[in-house]
Amino acid sequence: MARPFREVLNSGKFVVTSEVGPPKGSNLEELIHHIDLLKDRVDALNVTDNQSSVMRYPSLGGCLFIKEHGGEPILQMTCRDRNRLALQADLLFAYSRGITNVLCLTGDSIPVGDHKEAKGVFDLDSVQLLKTVRLMEEGKDLGGNDLAGGIRFCAGAIVTPEANPVEPQLIKFEKKVAAGAEFFQTQAIYDIDNFKRFMEVARRFDVKVLAGIVLLVSAGMARYMNRNVPGIFVPDQLIEEMVSAEKGKALETGIRIAGHMIRQLKEEAICDGVHIMAIGRESVVPDILAAAG
Amino acid sequence: MTSKDDFEPVIVAFCCHYCAYGAADLAGSMRLQYPSTIRVIKLPCSGTIDVLHILRAFELGADGVMVAGCLEGTCHFMEGNYHAKRRVERAKRMLAEVGLEKERLEMFNMSAAEGPVFAEVVREMTERIKELGPSPLKRPLKNSVSQRRPGRR
Amino acid sequence: MIIGKQKPLEEIREMLEGYKRVLILGCGTCVTVCLAGGEKEVAILATLLRMSEKMAGGDKTFSEHTIQRQCDNEFLDELEEKVKDVDAVLSLACGAGVGLVAERFPDLPVLPGLNTTFIGIPQERGVFTERCLSCGDCILDETGGICPVARCTKGLLNGPCGGTNNGKCEVDPEKDCAWTLIYQRLERQGKLERMRAYRPPRNFQAVVRPGKVVAE
Repeated sequence: MARPFREVLNSGKFVVTSEVGPPKGSNLEELIHHIDLLKDRVDALNVTDNQSSVMRYPSLGGCLFIKEHGGEPILQMTCRDRNRLALQADLLFAYSRGITNVLCLTGDSIPVGDHKEAKGVFDLDSVQLLKTVRLMEEGKDLGGNDLAGGIRFCAGAIVTPEANPVEPQLIKFEKKVAAGAEFFQTQAIYDIDNFKRFMEVARRFDVKVLAGIVLLVSAGMARYMNRNVPGIFVPDQLIEEMVSAEKGKALETGIRIAGHMIRQLKEEAICDGVHIMAIGRESVVPDILAAAG
Repeated sequence: MTSKDDFEPVIVAFCCHYCAYGAADLAGSMRLQYPSTIRVIKLPCSGTIDVLHILRAFELGADGVMVAGCLEGTCHFMEGNYHAKRRVERAKRMLAEVGLEKERLEMFNMSAAEGPVFAEVVREMTERIKELGPSPLKRPLKNSVSQRRPGRR
Repeated sequence: MIIGKQKPLEEIREMLEGYKRVLILGCGTCVTVCLAGGEKEVAILATLLRMSEKMAGGDKTFSEHTIQRQCDNEFLDELEEKVKDVDAVLSLACGAGVGLVAERFPDLPVLPGLNTTFIGIPQERGVFTERCLSCGDCILDETGGICPVARCTKGLLNGPCGGTNNGKCEVDPEKDCAWTLIYQRLERQGKLERMRAYRPPRNFQAVVRPGKVVAE
C-alpha cells in the first residue's frame, strides 16, 4: 500500500509525481502496463481527464486501477465536461473508493479537442471546484444541503509560472491557495531562473509546488511548443542542445536535460518536488528518474 | 446558336468621372479604334459602385462588366478606388456562387491622360467576353425591364 | 445589438426548394447595421437568387420588402398585403424576427436567411464582436466593464485560465483573453482587488429559459 500523498507532501522529502494518459477506448492493456511501470517509482500518479479536450477513458477509472494495484492515485477533474452536480457526485464516488487526492482543473477549451461541436460545460471553474471540495468536507453541498457522509481530499491545482503576462496568473494562483489548494503541479518549465522568480512568490504561501517537467524529444518539438503551447518557453540554449545531439540520440539528450533539471531543483531545494509528464512516452519516465539520480 | 464571330458582347463599363471617363473621352478625341461593345455609365467616383449595380447589370443581360477608376493612390476622393476594388472582388465571389465565370467582371485603373489604355482595356475585355461566349443569363431586354422592381432608393 | 450573418447561398437555395413565389423580407434595425439583412442585402440576395434560378432553368420568382423591425407586431401589419400571393417568406431578420413573422402567419413557411450569432458591437468597419451573453446577472461593475461570461471562451468568473497566451486566447490567437483585458482595465482604475476577490459559481438559472420579462 502506498503512502497517502498528503503525508508525503508534508514529510519534507523531494516529491516525485508523474501521470498516465488513458486510452481512447476500453482496451486498457497499455494503461495498466504504464501504471505498473510507474506506481512504485513515484509518490503519486495522476490520471489525466479527457486531456486536451480529447475524449478518453476517464481519470476516475484509471485511479481505481492504480488503487487496486497498490499505487497512490491523483484524480484529475476538469470543469469542462461535468456540471456541479456531476462533479460533486464524482467526488463522493472517488472518496468512497479510497481515492483521496484530486487535482482541480478548469480544462482546455472544446475547439482544441476532437469533439469540436460539443458543449463546454464550465459550470464551475478550478477555483470554485477547490472551494466545493472544502465545502463538502464540511458536510454541505453547493445547493446548501447537508451531506449524509462527507469527503476528505488532498486537493491541488495547476499554475503556469511562465505565463505572459504573469500578473493575472499570480492573482489566480493566490485565489487557488485561498480556495484551499494544498499543492500545485506547474506547467512545464525549462528555465530554472525564471522558475526561481516564480517560487519567490509561491514561497509566501503554505503550499507545496511540484515543478512540471516535460520530456523534450526533438528540437522540432521544442520549437512547436514555443510557438503553440501557452506558457511554455524552451530557451534557445536547450533547443541548441537538442539540435546538436547526434542522429538518433535526441531522446537521450532530452532525458539527460530533464534529469539534469530535476537534480538541480532538488539539490538547490528550489521547490518541493517535480511532476513528470512524458506525454505518450510513459515508458521512458524510469529513465528520466534514473538520470536524475 | 450564335457562333463566336456573330456574338457581339454587351459590356457595361462603370467609369469614374475624373479618370476613366476622361480617358474614354480622350480615346474618342484621339480617334482611337476600339470595339463598340461597351455601354459607359459615368460615376462620380469608382467608389460609388455597389455590388448591387454589378449584379443587376449581369441579371439584366450584360455579358461582361468592367469598373474603371483612377490609378491607385491618385483617386480624386482619396480611397474610392480601393473600395471599388474590394467590391469588385466580392462581386466576383458572388458570380462564382451562382455559376457565372468570374472573368466576366474586372476592375481597371487608369489616369485621365491614358486614352490608349482605355482603348486597350476595352479591346481586352471584348476579346475575353467573346472567348467566354454570351452570358447564360441573357434574355431579351423587354422581359427583363418588366420583371425589375422599381428602385426604392 | 443583435449580430447575424447570412447563410451561404447554397443552403438558402436548398431551403427554398419546392416554393415558387418567395418574399425576401429584410429588417431595418440590427441586421441592417451589421450588413446582414437590411434593404440593401435583400436586394443583393434577391438578385443572386434570380440569377441562380435562371442558371438552373427554374421559375421561382422573388419579391422584396423591408420593414422597420420584424420583432415588433406593429411593424408586421403592412405585411398582410405583401404575403398574399406568396408561398414562402425568406426572412433576413434575427431569430426573434423570423419567429414572430412565422407566428403572425402560421400557415406560411417562414424561413431563416440568417444565422443569428450574438449580441455585440461594431468593433471596426465590417467587424462585429460579441459583448453580451444575456446571462441575466450582470457583473460588469466588478470587471471594469469587460464581460468574462461573453468574452472569455470558457466563461470563467475567476480567470484567467492556463491557456492564455500573450494576452490572447488559446482558442484563437486573434482573440483577446478577456481576463487579461480585465486585469489591465482594473489595474488602470486601481481596482485590482475586484479581480482578487473570489467569485462564487454563476447562477445559470438567473434567467430560466425561455426567458420572460414583464415591465411594470
